[in-house]
Order: sequence, then C-alpha cells, then structure tokens
Amino acid sequence: MHNKTPLFHIAKRKELPWYGAWAIRAIAVLLALVVCAIVTTALTGENPVEIYKTIWKGAFGTPRKIWILCQNLAILLCISLAVTPAFRMRFWNIGAEGQVLIGGLATAACMILFGDKVPNAVLIVMMIIASCVAGAIWAGIPAIFKAKWNTNETLFTLMMNYVATQLVAFFVIVWEVPKGAGKIGIINQSTEAGWLPQIGSYKYLLNIIVVAVITIFMYFYLSRSKHGYEIAVVGESERTARYVGIKVGRVIVRTMLLSGAICGIAGLLLVGGTDHTITTTIAGGRGFTAVMVSWLAKFNPFTMVFTSFLLVFLDRGASEISTNFGLNHAFGDILTGIILFFIIGSEFFISYELKFRKSAKKEG
Amino acid sequence: MKKFLSIALALVMSLSLLTACGSKNQTPAETPAETPVEESTPVKIGFIFLHDENSTYDLNFMNGAKEAIAAMGLSDDQYVMRTNIPEGQECYDAACELVDAGCNIVFADSFGHEDYMIQAAKEFPEVQFCHATGTKAHTEGLSNYHNAFASIYEGRFLAGVAAGMKLNEMIEAGQFSADEAKMGYVGAFTYAEVISGYTSFYLGAKSVCPTVTMDVTFTGSWYDETAEKEGANKLISNGCKLISQHADSMGAPTACETAGVPDVSYNGSTISACPNTFIVSSRINWAPYFQFIMECVAEGKEIPADWTGTIETGSVVLTDVNEAVAAEGTVAKMDEVKAGLQNGSIKVFDATTFTVGGEALSSYMADVDTDAAYTPDTEAIVDGAFHESEMRSAPYFDLQIDGINLLDTSF
Repeated sequence: MHNKTPLFHIAKRKELPWYGAWAIRAIAVLLALVVCAIVTTALTGENPVEIYKTIWKGAFGTPRKIWILCQNLAILLCISLAVTPAFRMRFWNIGAEGQVLIGGLATAACMILFGDKVPNAVLIVMMIIASCVAGAIWAGIPAIFKAKWNTNETLFTLMMNYVATQLVAFFVIVWEVPKGAGKIGIINQSTEAGWLPQIGSYKYLLNIIVVAVITIFMYFYLSRSKHGYEIAVVGESERTARYVGIKVGRVIVRTMLLSGAICGIAGLLLVGGTDHTITTTIAGGRGFTAVMVSWLAKFNPFTMVFTSFLLVFLDRGASEISTNFGLNHAFGDILTGIILFFIIGSEFFISYELKFRKSAKKEG
Repeated sequence: MKKFLSIALALVMSLSLLTACGSKNQTPAETPAETPVEESTPVKIGFIFLHDENSTYDLNFMNGAKEAIAAMGLSDDQYVMRTNIPEGQECYDAACELVDAGCNIVFADSFGHEDYMIQAAKEFPEVQFCHATGTKAHTEGLSNYHNAFASIYEGRFLAGVAAGMKLNEMIEAGQFSADEAKMGYVGAFTYAEVISGYTSFYLGAKSVCPTVTMDVTFTGSWYDETAEKEGANKLISNGCKLISQHADSMGAPTACETAGVPDVSYNGSTISACPNTFIVSSRINWAPYFQFIMECVAEGKEIPADWTGTIETGSVVLTDVNEAVAAEGTVAKMDEVKAGLQNGSIKVFDATTFTVGGEALSSYMADVDTDAAYTPDTEAIVDGAFHESEMRSAPYFDLQIDGINLLDTSF
C-alpha cells in the first residue's frame, strides 16, 4: 500500500514485427471510424454507414472520380517526394508551397510570353527547364544561407512562401484577362500552346506516369546512391559527416536544389498539365500537407503512396459528403481531422507500450 | 489486449445497431415531379458554387436555385449542388462529374469558372453549360455554352437613390454640410463589373443629392472579410458618411454597424446582423434565369448565348427598405425612379449626367469582346446614353467618371 505504483507506465517497445505494427494501425483506423460515427450521429443525425459509403463513392464512384483521385494523389505525392530528401537530412523545408508556386509561375510565364512565338516542343522544353530552375532557386537560397551562415531554414523557407505568393499575385495582375478581373483564365485556350501532351484520351495519365517515375527514382536515390547515403549521414549527425569527410554545406545545397526542382515539376504539372492557369492558390496548401505525408510515411517513398492516397481519399470523400448530405465541407474536414489524429496517435503505440500495474506486479 | 478488443468490438456492434435504427426511412419521392409542359425532356440540373452559404454571393445563387427548383417541381434527384469549387481544374472536373451524374444542364456561378466551363462544354456538346458573369459566350461560338447576368446597374441606381435620400436627410439634420456629403465604396477588383456597379450607385445618389462625391477602395479579392472590414473602416475614418460595397463577405456591413454608419448592401438583406445601419440592398434574383434555362431544356428550345435579366423579368430586385434607418419617403421616391427606368424616361448611364475628365462623352469604344490586349471594339454610347449589358450580358462600363475618387487601383 505504501509502495504506490502508478496505474500504468509507458515503456519503449522492442522492435515490433511488421504485422504487429500494421495491426495497431488497423485498430487505430477502426477506432477512428467509430469515433467519426459517434460524432456524425451526434452532430448531424445522419447515418454514419451512409456517410462512409458516400466517402467511398466520392473517391471511387466513377472512372472519372478514380482518375481525379489519382491525379490529386500524383500531385500531392510529387510535392511530398520533393520535401523528403531535405527532411532526411533534418533540413526542415516547409517552403514547398512557394517552390511549387514559383515553378508554376515560371511555367505560366513561358506559356504566356512564348506561346505563339516558338514551336510547341521547344516551348515545352523551355517550360520544363524554367520550372525546375525556378523551384531550385527558391529552395537553393535558404540552403545557401544555411550552409554558409547556419540561418534557420524553417523560418527562411516559410518566408519564401509569402514572397512567392506575392510574386504570383503581382503577375496575375500583369497578365489578367479581362482588365481588372484579377484572373488570368486558361492560358492559350484556343491554341493549346504549351499544354503538356495528353496520352490517348486520359487527361491525367501523363502526370501520374511522371510522378511514378519520380517515386521510383527517389526510392533508389535515397536508399541506394552515394548521395542518399550522404544525406542520411548528415541527418544523423553533422559532426560524423564532417569527420568522414562529407562536405556538409555542399550536401545541403545539392539536396535542396533537387528538392526545389521537383517542387518546380509539381508546379509544371499543375500549370502545364492540368489547370493551364496560375493563381496564388494553385498549390492549395499541398506544400504543407506534403510535410505530413512525408512524416507519416517515415520518409519512405513507397509508403508515401499510401499516406498521400489516404489524405486525398478523405478529401475527395469529404467533398462528396458535402454535396450529398448538404453538409458543409468543414464537416468532412472534421472527420479527416479525427482520422488523422488516430493514425498519428497510433505511431506512438507502435514505438511505446503501456504497462499496467497488474502486469508490473507479476513481473516483480 | 483481449479485453480492449472485446470492448472495441462491443462498441462497433452497438453502434451499427444504433445506426440501423437511426437510418432515416428512405421513402422514394412520393409524387412524380410536376412537369410544366407535357412530354418534355426530364431536366437534371447541376450547380457549381465557388464558396458555400457563408458567402452572400453564393447564398444568393443558392436561394435562387432553390426557388426555381421548387417552382419547377423538381424532385431531389433532379438537381445536384456542389459547393466550394475553386476556379481551376476542379471546376472542369466538377462539371464533368455532374454530366456523369446525368445532368443535362450545368451551371457555374463564379467569373473564374468560365474557361473551365468552356473546356467542359467543348467535350459534352449535348449538355447545356450556363455561366453567370462570364464574357465569352458571344465570341466562343459554342451552341451549348451560355452567359447570363442582369441589369443590376438599375438596381444599384435605385439603391443609390436611397443612399442620396439618406445623405440629404443627414445634411438637413445639420450633421454635415452639402459639400461634405461623401460616400465610400468597398469594391473587389478594378473590373468592369465593379466599376459599372459603383458608378451606377453613385449616379443614383447624385440624381437626388447633386453635391455627393465618392471614395472607392479595392480589396483584390471577392471574398476577404478582413480586407473588406478594413476597407470600410478606412473609408469611414476618411470622412465617408455612408458606405456601400461590392464584395461578398459581411466585412463592410458589420464594420458599418460597429461604427454606426449607414450601409447600402448588396446580394441580399443584412438587416439581421446590422439592424441600425442597413438601409436597403439590391440583388440579382437568379430564379427567373434558372427557371428559363430549365424550361428551355425541357422544351428543347435553344438558350441564348447571352441573357440579361431586368426589372421586368424579376431578376433585378431590391430588398425591403429598413424604415428605421432610411430617410422618409425613400420607398415612394424609389418607386417613382423605378417606374422611370421601366418606361425609359430615366437612363442610368445618361451621358448628360456624368463627365469624364471634365468633359461630356458622345462616343466610347468599350472592350466587349474579351482579349488579352483589352482592345476596345464596340461603340457603347448610342443616343446620348451608355448602353450597358446589351452587347453582352456581363457589364462593360469601365469609365472613370468625375466625382468618384479611386483610393487604390493596384487590383
């Protein structure tokens, strides 16, 4: 009685077998669905099973919906892949939003300024180069400052987002049609100059293939290449990296240039491939969502396919709920929030376990 | 672990029971839709809205849609409403999804939706695509793509009359001199639609209060509650005695209510939030247009490329005047002016009532056919008046007339 042990205590787990970890995740998803059901019934009086069916239908209901899902997944995955190498070396690049925007802006600039002046193939090559270079510059500036003067990359990359947004806002007004409208509208709608080619009748297939290639590249780059190894060492310990003769500054700048260039490609795919316009909201917060995708997947490119799928799936479902049940889109976001809470929480239970008093006694 | 699992299982089971009982009795629509015309094509209409009901602009469209749906007697599976659709590829996707869902009319409510609607219209020639506020239907040459707007400048003019009456009342009460009669206007962009709106409002006020001037500020967004509120506050501190706005949030009306400055609203009544400052609001009633396009599709008739609603069609309406704030006799005066507008004795953009750079205009080439170079292409001043919304439905009046002072034109 005097020796009061707490009801439970938290202990680090030994490595769980893969099925153990996935079982915990599955339970988390199940619990999340139960909590969502309670919230749904309590707040709206709708049947939660119907809501879940609608979410499913919103994501997979028709072939078109599946294509849209894949397209959204591809863009989110592309941005997530872009931020991952930086994260692996503990460089907190939260400037993906700005890097995508600036890549998109460079693409749009090529389309508007050279749309009727150069052959389409040349134009598209220009767009690819411009978007990669623009994204790389946007990511390279904070990287150089970090490498040379050890500035705080989190703040720096974040601030670069605002600069990019304002630049886009400025150019939207330069190129707006009609005057004063504050919108560029679809660029080269009649000539389709600078529109990335469509594969067969599949509008979004090209984007999906490009991102699939980047995913495979990124996997091998990170896990099999010398660069990838250097990134990992710098991430573990800069001192160790220096000790073994890795030029840390160079690795930082090189990795961020790659990060930025891939963000630029995401901008290219958005502006040249699908939307064919540029707005300040074209990245739509995906530069930040990508941080979550990358973390949830523990920086593994193939796992990221699943985590970005999960987020896109929930988002598409949320929009279907708001249409079918006349609920505000915010309600779908509440459900997404609950599900993410449980999934992120489940990672805790994979690494740690709760030891209850009774079991502690037995051991003692 | 076992115990935990069993609890979880029990929870799931009890919940599924609950939901089974809670599911609504899904009776199919009891009565078949009343069809106004016999043997007509069944209509299914899909709506695309930029925001949701929190935006006064979109709410106005939603109310119009519901009214038209009720009037047409459509059943629940004959319409779909999609909210929060951005002005990008999402709009194209949403339009195509609505077609997939069986809609034979797709409508979008925001200016930036236009190009994406055109993309979809090219792909589905058998479906009618209708778009409010757009400018391209008359030049695009697609038989299934249509623009619509209303002669809302007439409504704004009438609202301006109410504003002018209020200023006169305040001048007579000795609150300020006639020279100090200055109004403020919060606009979204320096776009013709906004320019046409604030100019007609100003001319309405000037028709009863000749000394009035007006300051206009722009927010650079159609929906930015903070910027609209800040804009209104800036105007009020600059000495504006009355505020009106053309942006879609409650920012300006609530700023007026806080400051106790009278407000002429837009898109609908804001009286419930602003009982002490709301005078009147003009708005476009979209129900007549929605009903018109549904009837066209039902009867297999063609929808015109441009459709401009008027006071006669019931598209340009004013809310009830808030007698507590408005000047005495406002209703009577507005009725008189309205009759004048209807019989043609009063013209909103009568070229004798305004000057540009100190000179009266006898000719003006407007940019009616949208192009990237903003080329002026159409003579708009005919018989001594600027003919607004006749060459196309969306406004193209973009003159900067004397008496109106633009505070910032960066947008």
